[in-house]
Amino acid sequence: MPVRNMIDAIRDAIDVAMAADDRVLILGEDVGVRGGVFQATKGLIEKYGESRVIDSPLAESSIAGVAIGMALEGLRPIAEMQFADFILPAVNQIISEAAKMRYRSYNDYSVPMVIRAPFGGGVHGGLYHSQSNETIFMHCPGLKMVVPSTPYDAKGLLLSAIADPDPVVFYEHKRLYRLIKEEVPDGHYTVPIGQAKVARPGRDLTIISYGLMVHFALEAAAALAKDGVEAEVVDLRTLLPLDQDTVLTSVRKTKRAMVVYEANRTLGPGAEVSALIAEHALFDLDAPVLRVAGLDIPAMPYNQVQEEFFLPSPDKIAKAAEALMAS
Amino acid sequence: MAKTQPKAPQGLSQDGLVQIYKDMLVARLLDERMWTLNRIGKAPFVISCQGQEASQVGWAAALRPDDVVVPYYRDMGVAIQRGMTIRELMLAFFGKQGDPNSNGRQMPGHFGCRRLNMVSGSSVVIVQMLHAVGVAYAMKMRKQDRVAAVAFGEGATAEGDFHEALNWASIYRLPVLFVCENNGYAISVPQKKEMAVENVSERARAYDMPGVTVDGNDVLAVYEAAVEAVERGRRGDGPTLLELKTYRVVPHSSDDDDRVYRSREEVEAWKQRDPIKQYQLTLIEMGLWDAQRDQAVRAEIQAEIEAAVEEADRAPFPAAEDALRFVYADEEGR
Ligand SMILES: Cc1ncc(C[n+]2csc(CCOP(=O)(O)OP(=O)(O)O)c2C)c(N)n1
Ligand SMILES: [Mg+2]
Repeated sequence: MPVRNMIDAIRDAIDVAMAADDRVLILGEDVGVRGGVFQATKGLIEKYGESRVIDSPLAESSIAGVAIGMALEGLRPIAEMQFADFILPAVNQIISEAAKMRYRSYNDYSVPMVIRAPFGGGVHGGLYHSQSNETIFMHCPGLKMVVPSTPYDAKGLLLSAIADPDPVVFYEHKRLYRLIKEEVPDGHYTVPIGQAKVARPGRDLTIISYGLMVHFALEAAAALAKDGVEAEVVDLRTLLPLDQDTVLTSVRKTKRAMVVYEANRTLGPGAEVSALIAEHALFDLDAPVLRVAGLDIPAMPYNQVQEEFFLPSPDKIAKAAEALMAS
Repeated sequence: MAKTQPKAPQGLSQDGLVQIYKDMLVARLLDERMWTLNRIGKAPFVISCQGQEASQVGWAAALRPDDVVVPYYRDMGVAIQRGMTIRELMLAFFGKQGDPNSNGRQMPGHFGCRRLNMVSGSSVVIVQMLHAVGVAYAMKMRKQDRVAAVAFGEGATAEGDFHEALNWASIYRLPVLFVCENNGYAISVPQKKEMAVENVSERARAYDMPGVTVDGNDVLAVYEAAVEAVERGRRGDGPTLLELKTYRVVPHSSDDDDRVYRSREEVEAWKQRDPIKQYQLTLIEMGLWDAQRDQAVRAEIQAEIEAAVEEADRAPFPAAEDALRFVYADEEGR
């Protein structure tokens, strides 16, 4: 089976979808001859032509808004935002329009589209190339919000997203693009949206996470295991709809939970997961739920010291886990 | 000075000419009734098409049923021209079960119905322009001869999406008709505080597309300009920005008081240029209409409106739990 990194898996998913269905097309800044600034669409313009691989004008609202129109007329657009930091001009189109079209038309119209965006920090991207603003979309019923953490999941989830009848925001951690490789099958397969995965089984505590932080959590779990603490790591994979069962099943088993995420701590995805656990599993717990998250400052600074200070790390996660075990 | 006999535009039959008048009349009478219903407390909100009926019915009549229209909240004349019935519009006005636009979810004035190829709109101004561009891209990609037509107010052209939409449509020479219904105000703000240019259509030049301004109260002038733009789109010669100079003769909505920002004299002067009265005279001069027929048709419309009011008033609201439906395709409720 071929071995791929995440960026290759994503490109392969788009390629497979475009080959199978001529309604699928991509649009975004530099997605054509440049192949995307991260190369997610490399080679596709040569294969599928300019009408299906559109180098859009530099205007994010139009990338989302035009994609909505395409979807309304039966195409299956995949819109790329060059960085999640720059999705904000498109948020009006995504939240006011795409998310509400089916609802407001009482199922008469729908918007089957995917909005892909690289997000996340730890790449010396400074304030405006590091953000984790997924919480915005997690708060919007009508959208789905997907965040894969492995190449295999990225391809399978993206193929699910492209086939999905509703708008899907698809966040790809840019530090994961080339960090890990794994076996990723050729051709078509899917990973269902809305299902979390137990990335590492354990009995003593549950670490719930997504994106790059899953890998940091796994590193922390390996370190904890040396001291005899077995952490279970849950990779959410989809933030909306959230897979409540997988989270609650794990927490009821381990009786201790922490949520690890890179978004700002306050009202980040971990706040919702904590509330979920409090509502449904409070009396199963042996200790309060912990959050290890991005700092509550406007954004991640550029310099290395403050970037590390901002981000959760395997070490910080392990330390928090030890505190959780002691409480 | 001898008046010249008015000439019917090419491609419009006598029935077509009369139908345009009837659509304008339905829009007016329905709108008037909605205001009285609002004032007696039967419905919380009206947003009005009054004064803009020629603009709306005029551009909509230039399209085929298989074209796609993307109206804005003032376009009841467009909805009527496309075939939405008085009964359906009254159900929407009351927010009742069976409203084909949104089943009572949206405020009145938010038209949309796939059966009529009329895309659902939100309250957010101008966003719909980009939807029309995407629709037109799909049409062009499939080498169809259909067009997308989208309407908006002049105030909303200050928004970024207006410029982004013109830019896209012109780069790809898409079959889009952009219709600006310029009524001179964005709620209370007059045009001179909305933009420095005299005509919205001047902005077309920056996007290398034709920009045309016509008298929006002259329905045949609107129709002819729209037909020309639509044919340009069908031929593959790209988009057009069509500006219709008109006026809303009532407040912005039932929550507005227009006396604080415009004089009664100004409103009266525009009422003298009423698009429906003007077109009625034209039809009479063409020998297609007379006072008797006018009375009869008005009575018919009024009767239909009253029947619709009665039905909509009695109709049930959607069940509370119905609000949980159609968030996503793959689940009924949450
Ligand atoms: C993005 C946005 N901002 C503000 C509003 C509130 N609002 C509704 S209509 C309107 C004025 C619109 O004026 P214009 O575009 O000229 O259209 P008109 O109502 O005159 O037909 C405003 C400010 C809105 N609906 N959407
Ligand atoms: Mg206006």
